[in-house]
Amino acid sequence: MDTALSAAVPFWLIVLVKSGIVLLVVITTFAYSMLFERKIMAWMQLRPGPNRVGPWGLMQPAADAVKMMFKEDLTPNTADPLIYKLAPFISLVTAMGVFAVIPFAEPSGTGFFGSIGDVNAGILFVFALTSIGVYGISLAGWASGSKFPLLGSVRATAQMISYELSMTMSVIGVLILAGTTSFMGIVHAQYRVWFVVPQILGFIIYLITAVAETNRAPFDLVEAETELVGGFHTEYSGLRFGLFFIAEYLNMISVSCLATLLFLGGWNALLGLTFIPGLVWFLLKAGGFLFFYIWLRTTLPRFRYDRLMDFGWKVLLPAATFNLVLTAVVVAFWPTNG
Amino acid sequence: MRKNLFNVGALFNGFRTTFSYFFYKKPTIEYPSVTKQHAPRFHGLHELRRYADGKERCIGCELCAIACPANAITVIGAENTPDDRRSPGERYAARYEIDELRCIFCGLCEEACPTDAIVLTPRFEMADYRRGAFIYAKDRLLVAPGEGVGTAPDERPNGIPADLGLVSQQKSTVDITAGYEATARGKYLKDHRRGLAG
Repeated sequence: MDTALSAAVPFWLIVLVKSGIVLLVVITTFAYSMLFERKIMAWMQLRPGPNRVGPWGLMQPAADAVKMMFKEDLTPNTADPLIYKLAPFISLVTAMGVFAVIPFAEPSGTGFFGSIGDVNAGILFVFALTSIGVYGISLAGWASGSKFPLLGSVRATAQMISYELSMTMSVIGVLILAGTTSFMGIVHAQYRVWFVVPQILGFIIYLITAVAETNRAPFDLVEAETELVGGFHTEYSGLRFGLFFIAEYLNMISVSCLATLLFLGGWNALLGLTFIPGLVWFLLKAGGFLFFYIWLRTTLPRFRYDRLMDFGWKVLLPAATFNLVLTAVVVAFWPTNG
Repeated sequence: MRKNLFNVGALFNGFRTTFSYFFYKKPTIEYPSVTKQHAPRFHGLHELRRYADGKERCIGCELCAIACPANAITVIGAENTPDDRRSPGERYAARYEIDELRCIFCGLCEEACPTDAIVLTPRFEMADYRRGAFIYAKDRLLVAPGEGVGTAPDERPNGIPADLGLVSQQKSTVDITAGYEATARGKYLKDHRRGLAG
């Protein structure tokens, strides 16, 4: 049926429909991951959490969205108006673009289901996009024309550069083992053993750096309320603030998806439980990462800035380098590796 | 710094604590739908009580106003006349006002009251939008005839029982319907009465 359909329907239409579906699903996931986070944080802090809007607070995201839309959109007099208005879109577009190459399940037939596009350099595409995403935050802080956002954006730039290095290094180990940069190929290479086993050090480094990359607690120095009011988004309000918010959560989701794909075998079933569909496995694993993120936020206090830098350059980078060299050496001299 | 960074045991402890709290029963009382049960001697909104025969207990003596540390009470007494007898004594309170915004709910007024007229009830929901609404006069303080002969402050149970029942649910230990003379103060006043009208 797939072949017949793909012959009848032009390629661009298929991609368009798939993009639409992924966009809807991802935005809904964002809305509910926000509720998910508030609920879990509340329960870990002995509070009931949002429970007034709809049963168990399930309509809370809708209420928040309406509130966000009707708030006033302010631009400070000192701001650079064009860049100030552009910055949230840079953040959002790069955060959303990542989902164009993330495969969610085994492709069926001609590849209708798996992902929007199976790029053979998917992981490079993702890293390129997240690098551009830094611009959203730095430009927002720069263009706001006030001091706290500027400090936040300076921190963002320094933090992102420091931790992106270790993150990329930790992922290269996986790429060496898989021998490909395509997500499909990486997941297929984990059919027997998930990369979390041989790459446990890389996995831990990835987990830590991913939190730093998404500017989440305990690495949320970019928006440290206690020091910087709201950090880079201090001056933003209404829908533009909402865009930053969406971008942050989308980054969180995409980083969870990446961790699932790179280290936890993507949609490969655990313990041979193949009767559960691959998509469900994927969502379970990515959801587990989201939970871990929130758990982390409730547990650990924010890093001090100098310690953040120390940790990134003096601990994570050497560890990632060691992991990379070790993996390369083992792969090169492994007897069964032709 | 190095020591802190690699203290994995402490990290593990932290994660375990937050995760165990995740499953705890939440102590939140969801107030508008669920009301907290107060201690039996909880100090809330005042009320002016009556005797079982409908007469006001307050004799307009102003002892509560003098005892009040916040100067929240204003009493203006007036003489009872034979054809308009409001209280068993000579005088009654023509005006009795409590400014609940000044009141600190200490209960000294009910301790000072010789006739157990002013009593603090467990009611606490007094919120209003206007300041003037917090000045409670006799129209809101005085209970309707036939009501308000409940437990006198001295007869409430001491301490906080396990089930934290409301005062209105507590049973009085004395026969309060017997009237003024049956109370300890009533007996005392009756024995030491000097020239008070019957």
